[in-house]
Amino acid sequence: MPDLPPPIDDRLLYLDADGTPALRAARERANGRLVFPAPGEADRDRYEDVLLPREGRLWSWTVQRFRPKSPPYAGPEAFEPYAVGYVALGDAIIVEGRLTGAPLDGFAIDMPMRLVAAPFTLDSGERRTIFAFAPVGGPAA
Amino acid sequence: MSDVYIIGAGIHPFGRTPERSGLQQGVFAVRQALDRAGLDWRDIQFAYGGSDAAGKADTMVSELGLTGLPFINVTNGCATGGSAMFGAYSTVKSGEFDLGIAVGFDKHPRGAFDPRPADWGLPDWYGETGLMLTTQFFAMKIQRYMAMHGITRGTLAAVAEKAFDNGVLADHAWRREPVDAETILASTMVSDPLTKFMFCSPAEGAVALIFASEAKAKALGLPAVRLRAAAVRSRPPGSFEVFSPALDVDRGLSPTHIASRAAYQMAGIGAQDVDIAQLQDTESGAEIMHMAENGFCADGEQEAWIAEGRTRIDGILPVNTDGGCLACGEPIGASGLRQVYENYVQLTGQAGARQVPGDPRIGYSHVYGAPGVSAVAIVERA
Repeated sequence: MPDLPPPIDDRLLYLDADGTPALRAARERANGRLVFPAPGEADRDRYEDVLLPREGRLWSWTVQRFRPKSPPYAGPEAFEPYAVGYVALGDAIIVEGRLTGAPLDGFAIDMPMRLVAAPFTLDSGERRTIFAFAPVGGPAA
Repeated sequence: MSDVYIIGAGIHPFGRTPERSGLQQGVFAVRQALDRAGLDWRDIQFAYGGSDAAGKADTMVSELGLTGLPFINVTNGCATGGSAMFGAYSTVKSGEFDLGIAVGFDKHPRGAFDPRPADWGLPDWYGETGLMLTTQFFAMKIQRYMAMHGITRGTLAAVAEKAFDNGVLADHAWRREPVDAETILASTMVSDPLTKFMFCSPAEGAVALIFASEAKAKALGLPAVRLRAAAVRSRPPGSFEVFSPALDVDRGLSPTHIASRAAYQMAGIGAQDVDIAQLQDTESGAEIMHMAENGFCADGEQEAWIAEGRTRIDGILPVNTDGGCLACGEPIGASGLRQVYENYVQLTGQAGARQVPGDPRIGYSHVYGAPGVSAVAIVERA
């Protein structure tokens, strides 16, 4: 298994033996509706755990070009713009995340995307693993 | 059940006023509304008021007078002003009181809002990793809309250009210099496709409106508008909202869509009957999308509407006649009431240099905010 830092949240990511990520979500037992992020332990009787599909198509995107305010943003003071988008994962759900694996102007609606694990450095210098989406066939994140 | 009238209005100029707190700006607006109507605070039987970030409205009684009136604080995000108005409307309509006030005010620090994930029922990682920004939502909503419905960047710029042109003519506006479309397009990109001049900024300001029953309005004989509808709606399934880590694949209507249809139904009119509209324009894409969500045109028709100037002050449907949020900034608690203020001023013929010609009769206002709430009001010249 590659040496990945811990996920930024225990309930966010599932990483399999070779480090391939999947997003942890929940399915509402009563109506089958998918919920992401997964609700907390207190609601376990209403939900079952599921992993979301890893691939989909870019639904919309933008670029975050200024440093967000801290809190809530926990990234380093030195700021590099990053792309953000919503990806429709199969027929399941549309999930928001950072985009990677292409230049900031290299994204387009309907582009095939896949989930990747991405490094994230906190302002304290500690490292965490977050999720991102990258173009299918593009360089690994 | 009484018809409900707005018989007076006051505003504290929007923008930055370091020497006055948000609450003091609220008091300023109330006093101005009372002065213009020739009324005294002691005449006011009830009040609804609120701010998102500038304090508790009911503490205004220490400055306005300890008359013992019921003063209900409203805090409902971007719909704070709209909700205060809904409270005042319902109170007069029910017959409980016949003269009251709704006041909204705010004072935000510079820069984007800095929400806390837990306040919105979201995990910390959503904010920590830099996803919790209203600006990203607005950018991604218009980005997809442009791709689906053929809206161009030039149209985004034209909406902002119109806002600044109208702001020049509005004495309560914050930005009062024209900015041409070329400059708007060339300004710093904030969140693609939206540049700096296409976004409004958090700001300061206050608005107060005086509400009266039909009998009271007739007795006072002041310039008035009749409130034909006031509707507040939260989000339906499948809508696309600020601060959404995920969306349902089955896409649905927006809170604006359902608030709008409810308001038309209450008023017994349709979009084609509206003479002027104030639509939430936190960025220029929002005005474009809200034109369709409020029923004024079909998706994609905005491109022709704006190219032909139909939403300018001299167009067939003037939109955001005081420059909207783009020129006035967005003090959350006051912003929705500013829209109604502007319709009141326009329909009573008091809008001066920005007066819409042709004696407009029906005014429409629409505010939208997180986590998916819209308020719509329709007023008619009395």
